[in-house]
Amino acid sequence: MKKWLIPLVIVVILGFVVYNYAVGFYNDGVVKYEDAKTEWSKVESAYQRRNDLIGNLVKTVQGAADFERGTLKDVIEARSKATATNVSVDDLSPEKIAAFQEAQAGLSSALSRLLVSVERYPDLKATKNFSELQQQLEGTENRINVARDRYNDGVNKYKQHIKKFPGSVMAGWFGLEDDLSRFESVEGAEKPVEVDFGS
Amino acid sequence: MLRSLWGLGLLFAFLMPLQLSAQYDIPDAPPASSPEQIVYDEIKLLSGTEITQLRNKLRGYADSTSTQITMAIISSTKGENISYLGAQWGEKWGIGQAEEDNGILVLVAKDDRQMTIQVGQGIEPIVTDFLAYRVIDRVITPEFKKGDYYGGLDKGADALFQILTGEFEETRDLSNAKALPLIVVAFVVAIVLFFVILILVIIRRGGGGGKRGGRKGGFGADLMDIIILSNMGRSGGGSSSSGGGFGSGSGGFGGGFGGGSFGGGGASGGW
Repeated sequence: MKKWLIPLVIVVILGFVVYNYAVGFYNDGVVKYEDAKTEWSKVESAYQRRNDLIGNLVKTVQGAADFERGTLKDVIEARSKATATNVSVDDLSPEKIAAFQEAQAGLSSALSRLLVSVERYPDLKATKNFSELQQQLEGTENRINVARDRYNDGVNKYKQHIKKFPGSVMAGWFGLEDDLSRFESVEGAEKPVEVDFGS
Repeated sequence: MLRSLWGLGLLFAFLMPLQLSAQYDIPDAPPASSPEQIVYDEIKLLSGTEITQLRNKLRGYADSTSTQITMAIISSTKGENISYLGAQWGEKWGIGQAEEDNGILVLVAKDDRQMTIQVGQGIEPIVTDFLAYRVIDRVITPEFKKGDYYGGLDKGADALFQILTGEFEETRDLSNAKALPLIVVAFVVAIVLFFVILILVIIRRGGGGGKRGGRKGGFGADLMDIIILSNMGRSGGGSSSSGGGFGSGSGGFGGGFGGGSFGGGGASGGW
């Protein structure tokens, strides 16, 4: 009777340990996955904030500098394009993120062109409205940077969780999918910035 | 041996990129009772009295409002964007309360001639980026330009207080922190009681020891009196000093950083 009792106890204990480990692994994975998604929503809200600010900026510049129509039009178009490119939290595939990023990058460059051209209007720069907006834009760029990095961190943690052995095997069984992707740097960002004093 | 060397090499290979990517390594948060939490002066820019005054001021403010304003002075961000570094720094230290996210980090990179005011997410609507910029531009950097770093930070703190007036109150329950001195007091009392009982026992034994025992008992009591008195004196001093330490540390900063979160709001400027 005792002969089979001891192996049974061992098997039960082992089973319990393995079960606990697996449940812990799965739950950790879920937490990390949801954390990363929360970070993503912060990324979106930071970009949204910028979009809202740009609306105000365009109005301010329109009133004061009637002649920058071309630059303003670029900004407005880029903005509507950026607003149209939405990424759902449930689909953070590389393609979606790349599209989102491209639209936002278009807006960034149009915006910086506008800000440069505005340098030509000292009256405009001196208004409280404009300098306030400029400060807020700078702060927002920082928010975007911070949010993006934290999102990448979150994705990183999740990916490490599901890709390290033996997690990589279990992740497959449990359906922990590898469908989050990181922000990559914008194409061309690795090239040095060209400075043009020509005009 | 060879295998472990390999492992070590691999480990370094993995660590190296991480080391390189972090341009300025944000120091670990100082322990809860350390005054470094309030003013962290890495390059000894402020004098001893200046730093104490500034700490007292910020501590007093944190005590009454729970809003933690931390000032950090470093030499250089080593190429890192100061706004970004400030946000990561505030997040790492967890300045402000977790529920309110009401921390503020004033970070000065002296040799870069750059500074930033980074505000916790709960403060963003009150100290907007523009207001933070105004504090930097109109209050702090004019003093910095004169070389008066203490004056700039001191006035900057006042300006921030003004903006924040009445927005937050200290609501944290600090009873946990207060329990500590109680334990100390109880411990001292227990020791004193132990000695008293010990003496009583010795006196009784002495009393039961006949004629000479009486004298002996008297002597024993004298000795014990001395021990008790000296002990009481010591314990008194100990408790008062610990009380003092606690008193100065209680409130806003006394419980340490509350874990406030920084999302990158705020402004930066140079001088």
